Amino acid sequence: MRYVIIGNGAAGATAAQTIRQNDAAGEIIILTAEPYPMYSRPGLAYVLINEVPPEQIMARTLGWYEEWGINLVLGQAERIDVAQQVVWLGDGRSLPYDRLLIATGARATPPPYPGAELDGVVYLDTLDGTKELVQKSRRARRAVVIGGGITALELSEGLAHRGLETHYFLRRDRLWAQVFNDEEAALLEKKMRAHHVNIHYHTEAVEILGDRKGRVRGVRLKDGREFKCDLVGVAIGVKPLIDVVANSPIATDRAILVNERLETNVPHVYAAGDCAQVYDRWTQKHMLDVLWPSAVAEGNAAGLNMVGKPYAYEKGSPFNACLLFGLHITTMGQINPRPDSESDEPRILQHVSRGSSEVWYTHPRPYRSAWAAEKENTIRLVLSGDHLVGALVIGEQSLTDSLRYLIEHEVNIGSMFEELSAGGPRMRRCLMQFWQSLLPEPAQVS
Amino acid sequence: MGLFDALIRRKKEPELEKTVQLGRVVADASRCVQCGICGYNCPVGIPVRDYARQGLPVSDAACISCGNCVNVCPRGTLRWETQAHVIVMDRFAAQMGEMASGD
Repeated sequence: MRYVIIGNGAAGATAAQTIRQNDAAGEIIILTAEPYPMYSRPGLAYVLINEVPPEQIMARTLGWYEEWGINLVLGQAERIDVAQQVVWLGDGRSLPYDRLLIATGARATPPPYPGAELDGVVYLDTLDGTKELVQKSRRARRAVVIGGGITALELSEGLAHRGLETHYFLRRDRLWAQVFNDEEAALLEKKMRAHHVNIHYHTEAVEILGDRKGRVRGVRLKDGREFKCDLVGVAIGVKPLIDVVANSPIATDRAILVNERLETNVPHVYAAGDCAQVYDRWTQKHMLDVLWPSAVAEGNAAGLNMVGKPYAYEKGSPFNACLLFGLHITTMGQINPRPDSESDEPRILQHVSRGSSEVWYTHPRPYRSAWAAEKENTIRLVLSGDHLVGALVIGEQSLTDSLRYLIEHEVNIGSMFEELSAGGPRMRRCLMQFWQSLLPEPAQVS
Repeated sequence: MGLFDALIRRKKEPELEKTVQLGRVVADASRCVQCGICGYNCPVGIPVRDYARQGLPVSDAACISCGNCVNVCPRGTLRWETQAHVIVMDRFAAQMGEMASGD
């Protein structure tokens, strides 16, 4: 059996390992367009901020591929001949396959207005791109960051840490309005300012301006003003890389459509990770889920199905943890910025994440939220019926694991409901007491 | 490593086991993004990421329990687990079983 995997990221490398664990003899080939072993794309943010050197984010060594009998081939896949079962490379080489996994990932979306091609428009996207970004940040003085998600904040944090005068443009009047409540937004915004990021509210760029040499010299704002800068960091979302399946019978929507077994509509062809739109049985839709842990889980599921071990992939409960400007922020389950106690109408509870993940579900019941804040630590619980359905924890994380447990295992918290929904110190005390009650009794002293 | 060192190491084993019983670094693989900050900050050079991404406890005998990896992890993947932690989770699971059977 000959397995070909296009893409050497979280999904591709994980699939290769799963295949080898289940098929000792098969030939495994990973085709990669980047001259590196698998590296951590979320780790790029930590390279930018100078937490780690670029070589440290290599999550595998070349020796690992050898050890696992995985043949790493450098090249760009250009098209797939599904009738002949062959992948054609840009340089004319061909790779015949018995089973094919497409795990090409996604790339940052360029700004949808003029100036995207200018020298100085940067993304936190690939290792080479990040190295270039670090190089450019050494020469630049003033940066503008555009985008509403976690990556945009990581970009502004990294650039500010590298000594650039950093300006973050916000279309609305506060951060993450669809997820944060006022206090949470204010807390993160205060931290951003402390890290020397200038936040501009109600500010939107409509064009990136260049000089005669094609370098960024500023951006034009919606109100017509020009804002000077020599670097523009863009993180407005990602676009699945699916050029390789163009002109093939492999079905796509925004990404490659696959069922719960990660199979495309074409026999023996699978897709996983950021380039796949996976069928989700809860919403009965194909969902994009551009997150690292999802890519790992999908790669594993694809690998199992490719070796002939049927396995239906199921998304886990929404969960995301990040570290921004020294603040740990964890979101679990379903959250909404404001409780909607007046109406019994079901509301869509949202989940924040990197990229354009769509892992959130409509919660069919009314809910209320409870809140505890103390200095730079906050906990917000979303309660519905006898259950905790979501939580957002900023700062101190000692209760996170237990909250996640209560949410994921749908524990009946009926007896604690009143205390929890009271919020404030009562909520904290109740949670602490609950966990302490499970601790072993102190040993008897005789 | 010479045979002598191997013998010394073997002799030390029971003591190490005792340390492990008091506590150890454990990982939640579902949080791990394999960035490698953990291993980079390990003073004794343990490849912590290789444990973390697989959800394995850091069982390296060289671990000095300094907690650096736990502190620097940006995703909260790592935590210090004591025996009490295991007991709490066991009891919790048991209590949940009771709740389920009571329905």
